[in-house]
This record gives sequence, structure tokens and C-alpha cells, in this order.
Amino acid sequence: MSKNIFRISPGFEDIMPDEYKELVESGPYGKDLGVSDMGTFKELLEEHPLCAGCGLALSLRLILASLPNPEDTVIVGSTGCSALAFPQVAVHNIHSLFGNQNAVASGLKRALKLRFPDKVKDVVVIAGDGATADIGLDMVMQSWFRSESITTIMLDNEAYANTGGQESGMTQQGAVMNMAPKGKNFPKISLPEIAREAGCSYVASISPAQPKRLEKMVRRAILTAREVGPSYVQIFSPCPTNYKFKPQETVSRIKQHQKEGHYQTKEYINTAAQEYLASIEEGKKNE
Amino acid sequence: MIEQKVVAPEQLFSEAEREEQFITGSEAVREAIKRANVDMAISYPITPQSESMHLVGDIFAEGYIKEYFRGENEFAVMSSVSGAAMAGVRVFTATGGPGTLRAFETFPTWSGARLPIVCAFLTRGLNSPLTIQPDTLEMAYMLDTGILMLHAENAQDLYDMLLKAFIIAEQPEVHIPVGVFADGFFVTHTRDNVKIAAEDIKLPPYDPNMSPVPAMDMETVPVRQMRDPFVMKSNFISYAAHASWQQEVLAAGERSRKHIDRLLGGLIEVENEDADILIMASGTAVSQSREAIALAQAEGLNVGLVKIKSLRPFPAEQLRRLAAGAKAIIVPEFNRVGWLSREVMTAVEDTTKVVGAPRVFGGMTMPPQLILEEIRRCASE
Repeated sequence: MSKNIFRISPGFEDIMPDEYKELVESGPYGKDLGVSDMGTFKELLEEHPLCAGCGLALSLRLILASLPNPEDTVIVGSTGCSALAFPQVAVHNIHSLFGNQNAVASGLKRALKLRFPDKVKDVVVIAGDGATADIGLDMVMQSWFRSESITTIMLDNEAYANTGGQESGMTQQGAVMNMAPKGKNFPKISLPEIAREAGCSYVASISPAQPKRLEKMVRRAILTAREVGPSYVQIFSPCPTNYKFKPQETVSRIKQHQKEGHYQTKEYINTAAQEYLASIEEGKKNE
Repeated sequence: MIEQKVVAPEQLFSEAEREEQFITGSEAVREAIKRANVDMAISYPITPQSESMHLVGDIFAEGYIKEYFRGENEFAVMSSVSGAAMAGVRVFTATGGPGTLRAFETFPTWSGARLPIVCAFLTRGLNSPLTIQPDTLEMAYMLDTGILMLHAENAQDLYDMLLKAFIIAEQPEVHIPVGVFADGFFVTHTRDNVKIAAEDIKLPPYDPNMSPVPAMDMETVPVRQMRDPFVMKSNFISYAAHASWQQEVLAAGERSRKHIDRLLGGLIEVENEDADILIMASGTAVSQSREAIALAQAEGLNVGLVKIKSLRPFPAEQLRRLAAGAKAIIVPEFNRVGWLSREVMTAVEDTTKVVGAPRVFGGMTMPPQLILEEIRRCASE
């Protein structure tokens, strides 16, 4: 997009909503802002309806602040809690159906390449664990097999939270959840491993308890998808409502899980992605 | 890419010289898409549709289409097609039978998202038991998805309707998907003389800036809202927004009538409309009815024919007017449920006139004698 689209047409200054004026005046478009700058710019997510303490909301804010190219990024979501926040996000975003987000993103990305061959248009899928690892797993994996130039980000709250706390493939084994009344009887799906085997050039798992690393991983994932191959980031985003802990305990709970080894920060970068990322990260250091 | 000259739709449809070729329905799909200036096509195999998308793949390899790939299943293909349409390109796909049903969740979302996708539905029976035989049952399920539905009688119709479908779908005041239906095998796998335009001309490209909803390309200002009215929360404004959006999508379908009239010469075609007995049919049942009418005329029976080309929008007013003057309306169909006779009954004032027969299904052919028997019976009553 031409960055000057984000301006108010002359004569309309006094009737534009304040929220929009703020986006024009201090939004992050074209400014190369990041997580460290939060608080100094108008964020892309505003007044979301998610629960207090929601791990998804925290993760989503950080992801949006980490986008390397928000002025030319399109987000594809899926049914779930995160979908409730998407109407409040100030980049183009699509609510697909439940699980078909990577198929929608495949068509979208290829079409954007046709229409804008000389421009960078990043397509980022942001969906929950049910959409990514269960109902949509076929389409997620097939998009990786086909080497679609898209980034898939899973907001992993280890449950179908929006429909009332059912177990998902990402729920820890043994957890008692709705529709798993005697406890979930198989382990959490190891989607990062699957992503790696299915052809992702960049795979990471992280949580919003480490915002700077999360930012680096999201940026790396998007840049890799742009130039090298598909990428996957899994973000542990606990759900206070369905796991019944206090909203203010979200981050401490993440840290406790990490300490106990239930959730690990990991990063896998294939050789081609390593070379590419090294070239741009080195270039940035030298600036 | 192959060089083709862009011409006005009217020129491609009617003014340009046409050459007659003896081709199958699947080949008619290829010839239409060759001239449709399609940016992208996405495919998934299912009999009897596969051949048409093989041929579309061939013209991609030749340079008539910019992008083509095989998706992972019909639901995914229809999802990818919607992603492509949202990004602002002209996109085509085809499916049929069980493929249609596997993809079903996507069709109301196409119309709900105002996507001008053109899809060929090359119909066949639905399981179980397993069948690949011709049947139009899937059309009954499609009637209320919000997409426009054109029903081709033969390969010529299929060629013409596909090309015209893009222009109808992309009218800013319409801008919803169009399904072009043709009876599998009867049309797809038989040869017919089809008059087609030269292959060095094509339709004007799709202009996403004419869309009534913005393309998802970050080229228009992203106000804080999604393309669709996302109204899940329970409050009056949400209900009102959702209800009015549904009505608007239906209204967009209604606004297509004048374009179908202009491009297809009407939603129906009528022969001998003053006859006491009228046959109302769509698809290949129309061809069988023509045969039956010829037999009936040889016996001195006077029968008229109403070919229904558009099922959505449905030509209810025209059918009501025609039915008023008739003694009996015969509706022959290639399915067991008789969805067309149900539709006709919603339109006519005196439903006792409507004879929902003959119906053949499970892949059976429809001998004209079956229709002739109904004509004789109605004539003797």
C-alpha cells in the first residue's frame, strides 16, 4: 500500500472518528516500530472483547506490534476466541470458517502475488489450537507441503475456549475438560515437529512471557515465509476462563509451565532460512 | 502468457464470428475459460467433473491462465477460491456430486462475502450407495445458499453460460457467486456441435475496485472492521446488521435478473406458450422434453415447452403467468425429490395443475416415451 493512504482527505478532518485520527497520526504503518515501542504508538488492536487476562489477547497485541510490514499485511483468522478480536484489528483481516484458514490464505497469497508482483504482501494466519491442530490440520499441513509463502501462528490455549472449554489436540494429557470428563487420554500434539517434517523453513514455539523473543520469532517467521518457505510459530496463550485461574496470573502460569517443562521455547531454522535471516539481520546490525 | 485481445463482452458473446466445433461438455468448459480472462483456477478431482479441470490445467500450461493448482479436498479448494476472490482476482473452479456436498459450508460464505466466483457444478448422484451416475439431487441442496444458479441444457449452454456468468457475477450491484450447473455425463461426456468465438479474444479483466466490498489487499484504508459484518455478540445492533446483510445478499441476487435477461435472453425460453399442456424443465430434461413434444405432435397433441435457465433467481412471475393459461404443467426431472416441481409449485396459483413426473434417478436415462405418457394422460383428463 502506498503509505499515504493513511491520511485524512482534506475537509473530513473534523468528522473522522478519534480512533481513526489516532491511527493516521501515530499508527505503526511504515514506521518500523516494534514491541519495545509499545506505549508510544497507536496499536493495531483496540478494545477487544476477550476476557480479562486472556493469553490470546496478550499474544495478539505482541504479534501485531511485531509485524515487519503492517501496512501490507493481511491476516487470516479462523473461528475461535481470537476471531472475536479480529474486527478490532486495523489491518485487513478475514474470518474464514473453522479450520480452513490455511486454504483461504493459500488462495489469497497466490492472488496477491499475481496482482502485486513487485510489492511485498505478507499473509499471516493467526488461529487457535482447535483450528490449527485439529479440524484444520489437513489444510495447515497441506499448505506446508505445497510450500505456500505464508506464516501460520497458533495461539495455543490448550482448549476449545470459545465453545466452552472442550479438550483440544493441544490439551495436556490427563487434563479434565468438557468432552474429556475422565481426563484427556492422549498427549499434546507435537505440531512444531510436524511442521518441521512437513516442510516449514522456520518453526518456533514461544510465549508472551518473553515479548522480545516473541517479536524476533514472529519477524523471522514472516521474513522467512516471504523469501524462503512456509513458517510456523506456536504461542502458549493460557486461558484464565476455562482453566479457572485468576486473570492476573497468566504470565506467572506460563513461567511455571516452562519451569516444569510442559512448554519449551524452541526455534528451528533450516539452512536456506538461516542464510537468508543472517543476511538481513547482519545488514540491520551494520546500519 | 498467450497474447489475446481484450474485447467487450457483447462482442465476444454475440458479434464476434463463431466457429462450430464437435466437442464434449468438458471441452466446452475449457473453451469458455480460455476466453474468460481468468487469473486463477484451483482444482480437485471428482467424476464427472475432473476432465474439465484437467483441460483447464492444460490451458494454464499453455499460458491462458496465470495460476493453477490442485487443492487438498473440495472444502479446501472452495476455501482457497474464496481467498483468491477476496484478494481481487477472477477465479474459477468446478466440482460436482459428493464434492459439492463436502464443500458445502463454503457456498453460503461465498455469497455472504459477496465473492464473484464462478463455479461449474457438473452434477452426479450422491452416496450412499456408491454411485458416479448422473443425477441432479445436489441442486436441491444448493437452492438456498444465496449463489445464483444457471442450468445448462447442453455443451453450447455450458460454454455461453460460463462466460456470461463472470460478467453477471461481477456487476457491482450483483457481485455474488454464480454456479453454472450441467448434468454430468449427459453433457460433460457427450459430443455436440458448439459454436465458439476465436481463441485470440477474451473478456475484459476483473476490476476489484468495482467491488461493493473492499478487496483484502491493504490497498484501501482498513477501518477497524472485517470484510464481512462480523456480528456474533448478542445485541440488537448485531441482529439488525446480520439480518440486513442477509437481505442485501438476496437483493443482490434479485438485481441480477436484468443482467440475465440482457445476456442470456431471459431466465426462461418458451416455445408454443399458448398450448394447454406445458412442460417446464431445466438441464438435459429439456432436451428429452423436446423429443417427447415431437412425438406428441405426431399424435396431434399440442404441447408447449418452458426451458428454465435460471433457478436462482427463480422466474416465478413468468411461470405463474404461463401456468395461468395452461391446463397441466409437466415437470420431468433427473432426481428423486423433484426439487424443480416443488419450485414450480411455489410459483403457480393452482398447484393441482403441476405433474411432478416423470422422475428418473440413480443414473437412469429418461426415455421421451415416459414424458409422452404424462402428456397423453394430461390430454385425456
